[in-house]
Amino acid sequence: MSYQGLASLFPKKEISGFVILAVLLILVLPLTLDIFRLNLIGKYLTYAFVAIGLVLCWGYGGILSLGQGVFFGLGGYLMAMFLKLEASDPITTKIQSTPGIPDFMDWNQITALPFFWKPFYSLPFTIIAIIIIPSIIAYIVGAAMFKRRVGGVYFAIITQAIAAILTILIIGQQGYTGGVNGMTDLRTLHGWDIRTDNAKYILYYFCVFMLFMCLAVAQFVRKSKFGRLLVAMRDKEDRVRFSGYDVSNFKIFVFCLGAVFAAIGGALFTLQVGFMSPTLVGIVPSIEMVIFCAVGGRMSIIGAVYGAVLVNWAKSSLSESFPELWLFALGGLFIGVVMAFPNGLAGLYNTYAAPKIDQWIGNLKSPKKNLIEPKKAVEPEKPIVKPDTKAANKTETTTASIPSITQGVLHE
Amino acid sequence: MKTLFFSGAMSWGQGAKAKSLGCLFTMAAVFAFNFAQAAEVNTTGLAVTDKTVKVGILHSVTGTMAISETGSVQAEKLAIEQINAMGGVLGRKIEFIQEDGASDWPTFAEKSKKLLVNDKTAAVFGCWTSASRKAVLPIFEQYNGMLYYPTFYEGLEQSKNVIYTGQEATQQIIAGIDWVTKTKGAKSFYLLGSDYIWPRTSNKIARKHIEKLGLKVVGEEYYPLGHTQFNSVINKIKLTKPDVIYAIVVGGSNVAFYKQLKAAGIDMTKEKPLVLTISVTEDEVLGIGGENMQGAYASMKYFQSLTNDNNKKFVAAFKARWGKDVVIGDVTQAAYLGPWLWKAAVEKAGSFDIDKVREASPGIELTTAPEGYVKVHPNHHLWSKTRIGHARPDGQYDVVFETKELIEPDPFPKGYQ
Amino acid sequence: MFAEYSTSDLLSIFAMQGVAGLILFSVFVLMALGLAIIFGQMGVINMAHGEFMILGAYVTYLTSNVFSTYFPGLFSFYFILAMILAFIAAGALGALVEWGIIRHLYNRPLDTLLATWGLSLILQQTYRSVFGAREVGVTLPDWLMGSVHLTETIELPINGLFVMLLALGISTAVGILMYRSRWGIQVRAVVQNRPMAGAVGINTAKVDRITFALGCGIAGVAGSAFTMIGSTGPTSGQLYIVDTFLVVVFGGATSLLGTIASAFSISQAQSTMEFFMSGSMAKVLTLLFVVLILMLRPQGLFTLKVRR
Repeated sequence: MSYQGLASLFPKKEISGFVILAVLLILVLPLTLDIFRLNLIGKYLTYAFVAIGLVLCWGYGGILSLGQGVFFGLGGYLMAMFLKLEASDPITTKIQSTPGIPDFMDWNQITALPFFWKPFYSLPFTIIAIIIIPSIIAYIVGAAMFKRRVGGVYFAIITQAIAAILTILIIGQQGYTGGVNGMTDLRTLHGWDIRTDNAKYILYYFCVFMLFMCLAVAQFVRKSKFGRLLVAMRDKEDRVRFSGYDVSNFKIFVFCLGAVFAAIGGALFTLQVGFMSPTLVGIVPSIEMVIFCAVGGRMSIIGAVYGAVLVNWAKSSLSESFPELWLFALGGLFIGVVMAFPNGLAGLYNTYAAPKIDQWIGNLKSPKKNLIEPKKAVEPEKPIVKPDTKAANKTETTTASIPSITQGVLHE
Repeated sequence: MKTLFFSGAMSWGQGAKAKSLGCLFTMAAVFAFNFAQAAEVNTTGLAVTDKTVKVGILHSVTGTMAISETGSVQAEKLAIEQINAMGGVLGRKIEFIQEDGASDWPTFAEKSKKLLVNDKTAAVFGCWTSASRKAVLPIFEQYNGMLYYPTFYEGLEQSKNVIYTGQEATQQIIAGIDWVTKTKGAKSFYLLGSDYIWPRTSNKIARKHIEKLGLKVVGEEYYPLGHTQFNSVINKIKLTKPDVIYAIVVGGSNVAFYKQLKAAGIDMTKEKPLVLTISVTEDEVLGIGGENMQGAYASMKYFQSLTNDNNKKFVAAFKARWGKDVVIGDVTQAAYLGPWLWKAAVEKAGSFDIDKVREASPGIELTTAPEGYVKVHPNHHLWSKTRIGHARPDGQYDVVFETKELIEPDPFPKGYQ
Repeated sequence: MFAEYSTSDLLSIFAMQGVAGLILFSVFVLMALGLAIIFGQMGVINMAHGEFMILGAYVTYLTSNVFSTYFPGLFSFYFILAMILAFIAAGALGALVEWGIIRHLYNRPLDTLLATWGLSLILQQTYRSVFGAREVGVTLPDWLMGSVHLTETIELPINGLFVMLLALGISTAVGILMYRSRWGIQVRAVVQNRPMAGAVGINTAKVDRITFALGCGIAGVAGSAFTMIGSTGPTSGQLYIVDTFLVVVFGGATSLLGTIASAFSISQAQSTMEFFMSGSMAKVLTLLFVVLILMLRPQGLFTLKVRR
């Protein structure tokens, strides 16, 4: 990509956010936290992948999916299948009645590796599957729904039902999936032990790297014509349709993109945590992932990362000392974020912190000018605020328009 | 003084780590630093001072499993308090750090790691579901911790880092089926369970044993966890007319199942069919309601109504500590054994070191156990008796049978896999 | 599949499964009616619906305790009073929630979903702190237990019968309220066109509050009735929420008749399949079948024909 391309992708006013996040994740946290805490941060960051996808789907596209856990889980399970096969070599599993297959299969009287497990001996196949399978499923669900102009609340509830189906299926088919226990005791990736502290560092940095790749893709989508169309669609779907665009294809695409992000997050979760379980697939985690996005700010991809990390951090530290208080706090957070600050942390930042920081930067740059004409000094930095405040105003109109979408469905 | 020094070492370690590049050697540094300071009862850097020793309690106090795990937490706290009142372990008072697993397996993994790596606990009492145990097991093995796991479970596992204070499946199942065939003349069985590993493995063992005895299994059925509508399976049971309904339903489903069974006209007191369960302890009866459970049989190692002196003392102490209305189920009692078994092992080893405690564990006897007498087997499970209880309307069980000998734990039973 | 059973056995299978299906149907109707009013008529997604049901169950538990301690003689009648109290308690909480949260979010339905989810977490933890983490056992009066013996193999559980009658009674009452009363006309007017309804002098805020409270109150009654067949614990409400939403959406949200029809088809499908395969698979297949039909016919079974 040319320099100009890059410059238009990351306008000067927005780049500071990315830089701060990068410094924080790459330098500050690893240097101040021990590996146990850092590994936790790595785990939280995997949820940030889902949250970024949700910003695009929900914040920009107006599609609220309550089934992102499905894709997160798929990514995680596909990765876990590969790792589990590697951990189940005939020597370590010689105590089983059929050595060489995963332990939970042996417990369920399965005597040979099922055919759909076999390709997962190959890492390249696994990686491709992590990208492809969630996209296919997202495509099928998306195509079925958006081509028929189902949106809003209906889409949310149907995706929720899909999350329920997948959870029951995984638990019910425990011979093939590990059931409620999930796939545990994952050890090595191509002979490389993923449980050592050293590996945890490498995996953390890999996770951060992938996160920035996803952020870049998301930023590209936001800045492209497509991103503007998404917002236009969200606010006045009919008008976009009448202008000759195929609205459903855009929605399907953004939903698939969100699914792929979630799947990558899931795969990285499995690598860092060392197991995968159905508790990450169901309805509860799916809704919690929406709250990460809402806390960070539904219009801000960087906010989503902070949202995911902060909510989980609070959960972890609050539940250590006051487990009972934690649920009250989380519940209050849900209500508060919706009622008091619908644009989340990013909104708060833009309303309160950003102008002051701008002023401060402006003062540093040209203290004299500022004294005479404060407004001009602020101006160069102002656009940071602009896209988001605009968005902030829009959420009201957006959400207000959703009932009309659903009614469109009802009254067809 | 020692505490101070120890925490000093910790923060020094962390500060140094912040400055160093790799952070990899910090743990080693902390260990080495402690090695010089620590008493000889603790050579591996556990959280032990001259006055205290830290242990962990890891159960769900929130989420769906809080229903079941509350009793275990209470029992473990009671045991720790009693041990402290007797002077502690090797002259050190036990301090516990309680963590909430929140009914979520990844959380269990995270918290267990915190207890082992950050808090350096000398032992952890906790976990309830198999899933949570499976989630923490690799962590206990990696960081060499010691877990005392209280629940009766499916077997097929034997870890050097876990002491299983509940029964494994064959201990619980075989004696029960033998009893029901011998004394009640049962010929046909209907196996029913919640859909996850423990009921499925247990039913597999039950089926093998039933078929070995030359009897018949007329149906086997599983429902998702949390299922609340059992009318269909009750109809199937009526149609196949088994002598015994062998039920391993867990959690909230239990309540729905027994209430609907009674409503459908299956009176368990008539014993036609007879209901035999391995999953309903006094704890669960509380939710089901004694009148809905009356007449059912349960096969497990402990009932609150046991009349031996140990148990009378235990029940009195438990009620004094947690209120007169609490009930004590099999798992609660098994959880109570955990701290005592650990204390005995530590005192036998003369050290808190995990490896020494592990070596000392097999052969540990507990003559004060509420269930009577237990002994740790080299495979880290307990020798224990199995008893059959007959449910009373007040939510308690009458013990109607008890195996003569202690049953040997056999987590990998030959011929039942 | 049928070879192993005799004809009379088969007949009784179908009769019994029919009864089981009818009970499930009534359970679904009771769960879904309150939600159908709130979601269908107001467009509000109340994720705390299950917790309102459990509130009803806890009220029943408390009432039974009070009666067994103070009026043991009247114990057999407590259940009726408990249901009325459950209705009042859940309805009052509903009105409070509407006033505190929901009314600020009428034009943001997806946000009501998040806010009510938060509410459900808070309610769960409140139940846990107040009543303890363990499930409570609700003692039922004797006349509600047992069954009516029809033939050798067919028996009608009395509590099942009770649930059926209750479902019938409540749906009739709601039907009359919605379609034959002045209040019903106002509700439907507000649903169809809020500004216009306001313009002709309907107090839309009041209508909203009463509608929401009524929906929650019905949830409370349902929860009270479910103490007969299910468990009462802090998290029991979560067991119902997915099924409930699917029933309402499948029925076409705005139509009460649709909700009843969808409850009927889902319950019959599930109870029939449960007989021929494992419970887990039956559940998965039912959900899949509902989702697939919704993909083909997103407006649900019945829709309100409105000209825009």
